Amino acid sequence: MADFRGYYDNPQASGAASPITEGRAARLALMLTAFAFLGIFLLLPLIVVFSEAFSKGTETYFSALTDSDTLSAIRLTLLVAAISVPLNMAFGVAAAWAIAKFEFKGKAFLITLIDLPFSVSPVISGLVYVLLFGAGSLLGPWLKAHGIEILFAVPGIVLATIFVTFPFVARELIPLMQEQGTGDEEAALSLGATGWQTFWYVTLPNVKWGLLYGVLLCNARAMGEFGAVSVVSGHIRGLTNTMPLHVEILYNEYNAAGAFAVASLLAGLALVTLVLKTLLEMRYGHAIAASRGH
Amino acid sequence: MEVRVVNVRKEFGRFAALHDVSLDIRSGELIALLGPSGSGKTTLLRLVAGLERPTSGAIFFGEEDASHKTVQERNVGFVFQHYALFRHMTVLENIGFGLKVRKKGRPTDAEIRRRASELLDLVQLSGLEQRYPAQLSGGQRQRVALARALAIQPKVLLLDEPFGALDAQVRRELRRWLRELHDRTGHTTVFVTHDQEEALELADRVVVMSQGAIEQVGTSDEVYDTPNSPFVYGFIGDSSSLPVKVEGGEIWIADRPLGLAEPDLPAGEALLFFRPHDIELVEGCSGCIAGTVATSHRFAATRRVELEVGGARQRVEIELPVDHPAAQRSRIAFRPKKWKLFPVAPEG
Repeated sequence: MADFRGYYDNPQASGAASPITEGRAARLALMLTAFAFLGIFLLLPLIVVFSEAFSKGTETYFSALTDSDTLSAIRLTLLVAAISVPLNMAFGVAAAWAIAKFEFKGKAFLITLIDLPFSVSPVISGLVYVLLFGAGSLLGPWLKAHGIEILFAVPGIVLATIFVTFPFVARELIPLMQEQGTGDEEAALSLGATGWQTFWYVTLPNVKWGLLYGVLLCNARAMGEFGAVSVVSGHIRGLTNTMPLHVEILYNEYNAAGAFAVASLLAGLALVTLVLKTLLEMRYGHAIAASRGH
Repeated sequence: MEVRVVNVRKEFGRFAALHDVSLDIRSGELIALLGPSGSGKTTLLRLVAGLERPTSGAIFFGEEDASHKTVQERNVGFVFQHYALFRHMTVLENIGFGLKVRKKGRPTDAEIRRRASELLDLVQLSGLEQRYPAQLSGGQRQRVALARALAIQPKVLLLDEPFGALDAQVRRELRRWLRELHDRTGHTTVFVTHDQEEALELADRVVVMSQGAIEQVGTSDEVYDTPNSPFVYGFIGDSSSLPVKVEGGEIWIADRPLGLAEPDLPAGEALLFFRPHDIELVEGCSGCIAGTVATSHRFAATRRVELEVGGARQRVEIELPVDHPAAQRSRIAFRPKKWKLFPVAPEG
């Protein structure tokens, strides 16, 4: 017994407060490892982006941003996001609603299909559209005859972006809606509400925070997508270059300051998304807790 | 509003939840659907509400065939076991919801608020208008759910295990309160429960269900005193049963006569049912049930004794007064005062 006395006499070191708490040294080591890892692999690159962007002074920075090709890349990126995000929002809500509230054949297949863009390399996603709409494809000649440009034009970029970003909203909503079940909807229907009223007054408010969160992630990815867009864009300066593509072009032309200036905008977008996401998680976490307490 | 369920059958995939169920619900009646889980009671309630469609059969509201009407058209008040209150709306908005979504004859906002306040008063929750459901206790939520269902002036009020999620104390209180409310408003009310005490105390009539069929419909006294099947006898109240044999109008257990006669019953195997408290002890019997005491428990004012009858093959339970000397003995003989026999269908 005497051997154990020292162990029990030192509650601080043995973590007597909680049986699963590690000793102080172990805790410190774990935290240091985590922070060091994050610092080297995430924080350092971010700092490099901003320091490189301003390396030749603020004047160069702003002139790089106000360059006409850069401005057109920013416009295109905003346009693509403005089209693909609302479409994915509508699709995500519809898919989540169908999956969470109804039983139908092929449900498991639909869920797998929604996950497809996550498991497929973005380059493949782009190539799919080249194969579908390119000159050598079945649709190619018909499109050409009717003067419809999809590949190496804005429609192709929008399509590729939609493909890559469509799981975000649906993935966010499906578990939330499944957990909430169909009780509230049945209550609304029994009170005389139509299907649309039920959706608008009951289903949508119940998932609004989750929806916002999904849209935010979807938007960040839509603006930052490189691989799929790169394949279908054609890299025409001032026409089909999005911001990530423009960064690459500038960099390949040894215009490091310009490349990093545009990159800093994207990094800024990522930071804003991160802050909004954290704020939402605080809000949304509370909403989830409230719905569970029901 | 009178509701008639006529030969209704409901299948979920290949599983039949209800087989050929018929039931007449009288206008203004408070009726309980009672049964163990899986007996089909909730399915029946949801069919009446229109939340499910019958596979075959019909449901009449008064003279009108409501079978093909949607839940919105049926105008029923449905109260869910877990309340299903809209968590982003205040109590007042919840109650007013049914009026707000009306297409025809939608009252003004002021009128909706006035009616919602009135109902809140009826369920004795005045002052909580601006609270959210998360800020209410379980009992309060259930009363808000009831007020919300009453707001649309339903033809029928349907409650699915209304007190199932509440603790025992609140449950008893709400039960009495619901009875008073029913007597005051006179709605035809159907509620589902698995708690027999709740059904017997609250309902005008009890519908006992088992395995997708109705076993018996009757008042509390009827289902307790004259159960019409072994299931009802076993399900409602305490009961003991013994396999016996009928021969020449006499009832036998193994080779001993019980001193009970049932002249109308055909000879053969049967099950004898009786209530553990409805017995008389007999001394040195020639016709009785005798057994050795297996266990003995004090239970409130009585002592429950389990007897092994017929060489430990069967156990029956009887109740004795705590101070009865027989409780100390190792061998007890008794005879049921009230009993019922159910013939066992020959196998095959």
